[in-house]
Amino acid sequence: MENKVSEFKARLQQNTKAIAYPLIAILLSFIVGGIIVAAFGNDPIVAYTAMFKGSLGSWSNFGETLVSVTPLILTGLSVAFAFRCGLFNIGAEGQFIIGSVAAVWAGWAIKGIPALLHVLLVLLIGAAVGGIWGGVVGWLKAKVGSHEVINSIMMNYIAMYFSNYIVMNLLNEPDKAFSHAIADTAKLWRFAETITVFKGSRVHMGIVVALIVAVFAYYLLNKTVRGYEIRAVGFNPYAAEYGGINVPRNVVLAMFISGVFAGLAGAIMVTGIQFRVNNLFGFTGYGLDGIAVALVGNNHPIGVILSAFLFGVLQKGGPMMQLKGVPKEVVGIIQGIIILFVAVNFIKVMIERYSEKQKIKKGSVEGEGK
Amino acid sequence: MKKSLALLLVLVMAMSLFVGCAQPAPAPAEPTPAPAPAEPAKEPAKTFGMVTDTGGLGDKSFNDSAWEGLQKAGTEFGVEPVVLQSTKQEDYEPNLGNMSQQVDLTVGVGFLFENAMKAVAEQYPDKKFGIVDMVVEMPNVMSVVFKEHEGSFLVGVIAGLTTKSNVIGFVGGMELPLIKKFEAGFRAGVLSVKPDAKILVNYTGVFDNPDKGKEVALAQFANKADVIYHASGACGIGVIQAADEKNFWAIGVDQDQSAVSTKNKVLASMIKRVDTATYTMAKAIVDGNFESKILDLGVKEEGVGYSDGGNNVSAEVKAVVEKYKQAIIDGTIVVPTTEEELKAFKPVTLQ
Repeated sequence: MENKVSEFKARLQQNTKAIAYPLIAILLSFIVGGIIVAAFGNDPIVAYTAMFKGSLGSWSNFGETLVSVTPLILTGLSVAFAFRCGLFNIGAEGQFIIGSVAAVWAGWAIKGIPALLHVLLVLLIGAAVGGIWGGVVGWLKAKVGSHEVINSIMMNYIAMYFSNYIVMNLLNEPDKAFSHAIADTAKLWRFAETITVFKGSRVHMGIVVALIVAVFAYYLLNKTVRGYEIRAVGFNPYAAEYGGINVPRNVVLAMFISGVFAGLAGAIMVTGIQFRVNNLFGFTGYGLDGIAVALVGNNHPIGVILSAFLFGVLQKGGPMMQLKGVPKEVVGIIQGIIILFVAVNFIKVMIERYSEKQKIKKGSVEGEGK
Repeated sequence: MKKSLALLLVLVMAMSLFVGCAQPAPAPAEPTPAPAPAEPAKEPAKTFGMVTDTGGLGDKSFNDSAWEGLQKAGTEFGVEPVVLQSTKQEDYEPNLGNMSQQVDLTVGVGFLFENAMKAVAEQYPDKKFGIVDMVVEMPNVMSVVFKEHEGSFLVGVIAGLTTKSNVIGFVGGMELPLIKKFEAGFRAGVLSVKPDAKILVNYTGVFDNPDKGKEVALAQFANKADVIYHASGACGIGVIQAADEKNFWAIGVDQDQSAVSTKNKVLASMIKRVDTATYTMAKAIVDGNFESKILDLGVKEEGVGYSDGGNNVSAEVKAVVEKYKQAIIDGTIVVPTTEEELKAFKPVTLQ
C-alpha cells in the first residue's frame, strides 16, 4: 500500500515535470520571439494578441485552429508510433498524399450507399492505402535492411508525382488542375451545420476521429502485448530478438500502422475540408510538420495531441499576425523559435544539471564534515 | 546516438520549413494601417487587401506584380493595403475569410483561388471580392482575366521576324486551356510573319520544375529551334538557362524576364499587367463603382503587351510589331485562342 502511494507520487512528479518543462520553454520562447518582433519594428503585444485572438479568440477561430490541428495530430502520431519502434518515418508526407488520393477516388467512384457508411469506407480506404505505402518501407527494412529514411523520402516523391498523374489524368476535373469532387455522402459532418457558434469555421468530425485514434495509439502501445513488442524493438532490437520477439514482423507492422495514421490524415483532409485533391506543386507539409509535432510531443500520443495543438495555434495565428502588419518572415521566425525551444528541451537539461551540481556540492560538503 | 542525430535532422528540417522559403519582404508594413493624416476625413476611405497563393511575395512574378498594383492604389488613395501570404493551399479559404473581415475589398491572386473564392464570397455576401486570372460569377465578385493570346501573338511576331533557322519553339507548362491560349496566339503571330516557319510545341506538364523546362528547351534547340517562347511558370527559368548555355533566344512570360538571363539572351517578354488588374479593382472600390463583372484585359486595355528589357528587339522589328498591335486594337486581327480557332485563322501580312 505504502509502496503504491509513493509510486503514484513519483509518477505524478514525473508527469508534472514532463508538462512543466515544455511550458516554461514555450513561455521563454514567446519572450525571445517578442524581442525579435520588436527588433523588426513591430509591437510584440499587438502581434501576440493577434495570434491568440486569431486562433482562440472566438468559437469560429477556435474551430479553424482545430481544422489545422486535426491532420497534425494524425501525422504526429504516425511519426511518433514508428519512432517508438526505432524507425524514423519521414514518409508520413507521402502516406498522407496517397491516402488523400485514395479517399478522393473512393469518395467519387463509390455511389449510392448511405452517408455514414460511405464516409467510413472512404476513411478506411484512405487509411489502408496509406498503411500499405508505409508498410512497403517497413517490409524493405525488415527483409533487405535498407534504411527507412531514404526509402520513405523516395516514397514521398513517388506518392506526389503518382498523385499528380492520377489527378491530371484519371480523376481530372476537365480543364482544371484538380480532381473531381467527392460525393456529398462521403463528406464528414461539419460542426457548424448544427452548432451555430461554430458558424464561419470548417471544423468537422475529423478532430473527434483524430482524438480517438490518439487514445487508441496510446492503448496499443502501452497496454497490449503487441505494443510492448514494438517498444521493445525500439529500445533494442537485438535484446528484443534475444527475448523471442519477431523483429521483422514488428518493423513491418509499426510502419504499416504509422502509414495508416498518416493515410487517415489525408483521407480526413479530403472528406472534411478539401473534398478533392489539387495538383501538387510541392509537398503539402502535413507529413513534414508531423515530424516536428511528434518530437515536440516527445513521441507520446498524449504529448502529440498537445503539441499538435501548439502547432495549430501557431499556424492559425500566423495569418492574423500578418493582417496586423507583422511580415510573414517574422511570423515564421517566431514559430521556428517556439518549436526550437520546446524541442531542444534545454530547460530540462539546465535544471537537471543545476540540481545535480547542488547535490554534488552538498555531497562534498558533507564529505568534508566527516 | 541515432536519436540525437534524428533530432538534429528534424530541427534543421523544421526550421527550414518555416524560414527556408523566406525572401526579403519588399518593405515591412507599418504596424497600424493609418489612413492619410493630411486629408480631412469626410468618410472613412475604403480599404483593400490581397491574399497571395503559396508562391508568396518575392516571387518576382504574379504575386509581386499584384502587390505593386495595390500599393500604387494605396499611395494614390491614401490607404494602406494589407497583404496575407498563404502557406498552404488549404488555407486559401480561411485567409480570404479573415481578410474580408478586415478590409472592404479582398483580392485573391491567381486561378488557384477559384473554389475558395466561391465558398467565401457565398459566406460573406455583404463583402466585396476580386479574383485575378479566373472567372468567378457571383454577385459580389469582380473577376479580371487577360487576353494572353494577344500578348503572345505580339511576341510571336517578334520571334517570326528574328528566327534564322525558321524553327521556333514553344514550351508550355500544364496542358490547360489557359496555356493553350498562349500557344494559339503565339503560333498565329509567328505564322503571320513567317508562314513557312516550323513551330515545335512541347508541354512540361508542370509549372515548378526548371530542370524540365531546360530539358525540353535543349531538345527543341537540338531540333534547330533558335527562338523559344515559354509559358511554363518556373520551368521557364530552365528555358532561359538553356538559352544562356546554347546561345539561342528565349522569350519570357508574365513579367519582363530579361534579368533572369545572365547573357542577355531574353529576346523579349510577353507581359501581363497583374498590377493593372489589382489597381483597377482597388480603384473601383474606392470610387464606389465596384460591381460584379468580368474584365477581360487585352492589348487595347494595356492588360497585356510585350517588353524589351534587354534591348534585343531591333527598331525595324519593333515597327512591325507596333503595326500588328494597332491592328489588334482596331479589331482587324482577331487573335485565336484555341487550336480550332487557329486552324480557321488567316495570317495577316502587314509588312
